[in-house]
Amino acid sequence: MKHITRKATRHVNQNEGLIFEKSSAGKTAWRLPPLDVPEVDSAKLLGTAERKDLGSMPEVSEIEIIRHFTRLSTWNYAIDLGMYPLGSCTMKYNPRVNEVVSRLEGLANGHPYQPEKISQGALRIIKTLSDCLTEITGMEAITLQPAAGAHGELTGLLMVRAYHQSIGDPRKKVLIPDSAHGTNPATAAMVGYSVENLKSNARGMVDTAALTAQMNEDVAALMLTNPNTLGVFEQEIHKIAGILHAKGGLLYMDGANMNALVGKVRPGDFGVDVMHLNLHKTFSTPHGGGGPGCGPVAVKQILEPFLPKPVVITKPDGTLGFEYNRPMSVGRVRAFYGNFGMFVRALAYTLANGPDGLRQTTEDAVLNANYIRKGLEGVYDLPYSTPTMHEVVFSDKLQAKKGVKTGDIAKRLIDYGFHPYTVSFPLIVHGALMIEPTESESKEELDLFIEAMRSIAAEVEEDPQTVLDAPHSTRVSRLDEVGAARKPVLRWKPAV
Amino acid sequence: MRYLPKSPADREAMLKAIGVRSIDDLFSPIPAEYRLNRDLKVPRQMAESEIVGWFRERSRENGDGYSTFLGAGAYYHYRPVIIDSLISRGEFLTAYTPYQAEISQGTLQSIFEFQTMICELTGMVVANASMYDGSTAAAEAVMMAVRLTGRRSVVIARSVHPEYREVLATYAWHQGMPLATAAFAENGRLNLKELEKAITPDTACVLIQSPNFFGTIEDVAAIAEIAHKGGAMLVVSIAEAVSLGIVEPPRQADVIAMEAQSFGVPLGFGGPYCGVIATREQYVRQMPGRLVGQTTDKHGKRGFVLTLATREQHIRREKATSNICTNQALVALMANIFMTIYGKIGMRELAKQNLAKTAYAAEQLGKSAKLLLNGAPRFNEFVVQTTEDPYAINGRLLGHKIVGGLPLKKFYPELGNAALWCCTELTTRSVIDTAAGLVAESERSLRSRKEADITEEVAR
Repeated sequence: MKHITRKATRHVNQNEGLIFEKSSAGKTAWRLPPLDVPEVDSAKLLGTAERKDLGSMPEVSEIEIIRHFTRLSTWNYAIDLGMYPLGSCTMKYNPRVNEVVSRLEGLANGHPYQPEKISQGALRIIKTLSDCLTEITGMEAITLQPAAGAHGELTGLLMVRAYHQSIGDPRKKVLIPDSAHGTNPATAAMVGYSVENLKSNARGMVDTAALTAQMNEDVAALMLTNPNTLGVFEQEIHKIAGILHAKGGLLYMDGANMNALVGKVRPGDFGVDVMHLNLHKTFSTPHGGGGPGCGPVAVKQILEPFLPKPVVITKPDGTLGFEYNRPMSVGRVRAFYGNFGMFVRALAYTLANGPDGLRQTTEDAVLNANYIRKGLEGVYDLPYSTPTMHEVVFSDKLQAKKGVKTGDIAKRLIDYGFHPYTVSFPLIVHGALMIEPTESESKEELDLFIEAMRSIAAEVEEDPQTVLDAPHSTRVSRLDEVGAARKPVLRWKPAV
Repeated sequence: MRYLPKSPADREAMLKAIGVRSIDDLFSPIPAEYRLNRDLKVPRQMAESEIVGWFRERSRENGDGYSTFLGAGAYYHYRPVIIDSLISRGEFLTAYTPYQAEISQGTLQSIFEFQTMICELTGMVVANASMYDGSTAAAEAVMMAVRLTGRRSVVIARSVHPEYREVLATYAWHQGMPLATAAFAENGRLNLKELEKAITPDTACVLIQSPNFFGTIEDVAAIAEIAHKGGAMLVVSIAEAVSLGIVEPPRQADVIAMEAQSFGVPLGFGGPYCGVIATREQYVRQMPGRLVGQTTDKHGKRGFVLTLATREQHIRREKATSNICTNQALVALMANIFMTIYGKIGMRELAKQNLAKTAYAAEQLGKSAKLLLNGAPRFNEFVVQTTEDPYAINGRLLGHKIVGGLPLKKFYPELGNAALWCCTELTTRSVIDTAAGLVAESERSLRSRKEADITEEVAR
């Protein structure tokens, strides 16, 4: 490579086929203890329900499984390897103490239906985390039941719906800004609302004049991400809340970007009625290649009666318990109590930080985003000059003149040892490069990133084809996605 | 703060480079009246040793050291140690969703293998990369059937996990989906006559669970025939995945909504678990959730990508098949490793041990108490009816560090003093004998008390 790549070097990694291709009859990776009860005749017990054969399930040994998955793992990029500036989605460092405490015997093996008397530890964790998150958001009540952010959105909107119904004022519409995450409109549709698009103004914020014009007694809520997906704080947030409240609507905040606010400002204080959090993003739970998530929903008192059941209560004797008698509840959104293992991790993170650590974390996240903005301004087009919070959105306008698009720059970034930023989102920026570093990056890593991005911009001028053909250093080059969708191959099949 | 990689000098240098005087300048977009000018009221910053200590105490308060007969959608199976060794690798643990295929082949290939094994075990043709859990997977599967048939209503077996039914009711509430319930017969299986009556020309699907909430294996073929005759689809929920090692999968189903927790996922007080939806090929474009497909790169090399994304929210927004974004990838990886370890032979042997333990426990408990909903084949759960309130019996079992079966009064008041007992390969004979002994003692003492009462009455 002509240009600077101080971060990454190519190295050998192992080839590995599918596990099925290693299988052969008689290899095993398991052994059961001898049975301490009489053997049974499964054919007699199950009759026609007995299964005779497990088809092409693999037969392999333990060392092969270790090597198989270890080899596969080396083909992944991860936050442990370096910066993951995937704006709006991204992850911060996942502390290892979180993993250790979530595996403690009583927590890892606690059964959801074990008696409350021997569940006080788990209940205390739920209660403590609920209290912390309520304080952090400035809200008044919370449910931890939703399994992910989008599931939290669903829960939040169900509560909005139940609230309006309870006061005899059912409504039909939800307003959603054009910069919103795709989950927002998808969720509104699932809850039976029609979706109305809300245009952003020239500064990338909600156009309050447009909002006033669109707001009426049919609108149940506005779903607003704040800071929004441009990384911009909605400065007129209180006015926005006022416009909604004046006509009986509620303000829903998508809390995906809460990591820009923790310890500095609380959504409950600026008029939000209901919001969800993404614990992986703000509270360091691992994303594990796509989940598990956890999407607590925090609400103001008016929505408290509608929380999913059960809720955790303190009983007269001081012990904790589950309360199921909640006649106004929207019901359950998931079996049991939610992704408890994620509660443990998020609480461990909160305890590791304390109030000072949480605030410093937010400050560093915003500092890092602004540092990148400064380092790349002029080299990449900045469509909105509005101040940046936790993420910054550039466009490929300058590079597009040479035929290089945001997706190409992203692929080239891989050769420089970084995970790409979020490509082509938000939709209001044509050819968007959405960059979010989080607080977990050192100045050195940020400098390497800025250097890489500048180097790519130079390549676009001198040798655009190198960028268009990227990545050059990965196990596989660009994959045929069109072919994959046209003729889907969604499982392995044995050769006939 | 030990997670933050910056010195005060770094911060100063960065502020200077940005051209602002202090960090507060960067927060100036937030109107001053809303800025928080105090510390958050959360516990003070703790040392790692303190955090571990605090959670150890919580762990001790949480049933540490008890044997359990609880199942009911959350099963205590042995977890081979290499599951945690492998999923703890940072490249799996700390990777995001595999949007950039070239640097996510590890995650993508492992999901492809997961999809393959789920298909193999369920007898379906396609399986997705996971859903939140069994309950939401069942609700999403039902909504899929509603979209596919253009019909609105749903018939649910009352022997489906009560909390799964509650979740479905929540999802259905604002979609205008009428829900009807079909009762179970005395042998624990779905009452087929009731089912036939419940299906109308507006029935999109029938939702059953097999093995059902009581552990009974349903007659899926007969149910499928009735559903299909009425033009409805059949959705089968599987909450105990280990059953697939020895129980014929519901091949006649149109959609299978599964909970894979039994495959190496810790009980974890109810989550995170791993839902999956599997279905027939023709329904794949109405399927929610992520799918991984095989393809080639420009040099013809095999590789894997997220595919058929046009079903999903980030492309289709309000027209998507579901709002699901994040799934349970890391938990699916646990399940994947578990299935790989046990494989073709081990899965069957493991299931067989579950069957044997359960047969033994049912026999022992059945000696003194009554086995309800009995007569059809079952997997690892059974219902025991006692004279005494099961909560009282469980109270005494707790004294022996045993958690007894789940009292069913909350969900099925009509079954009286009934409890749902579960055994897995980890339930030992000695624990079964102790529990059966205590139940027998309760039955004996209550019976003799009753007899004493009668004698007293006669004497008077």
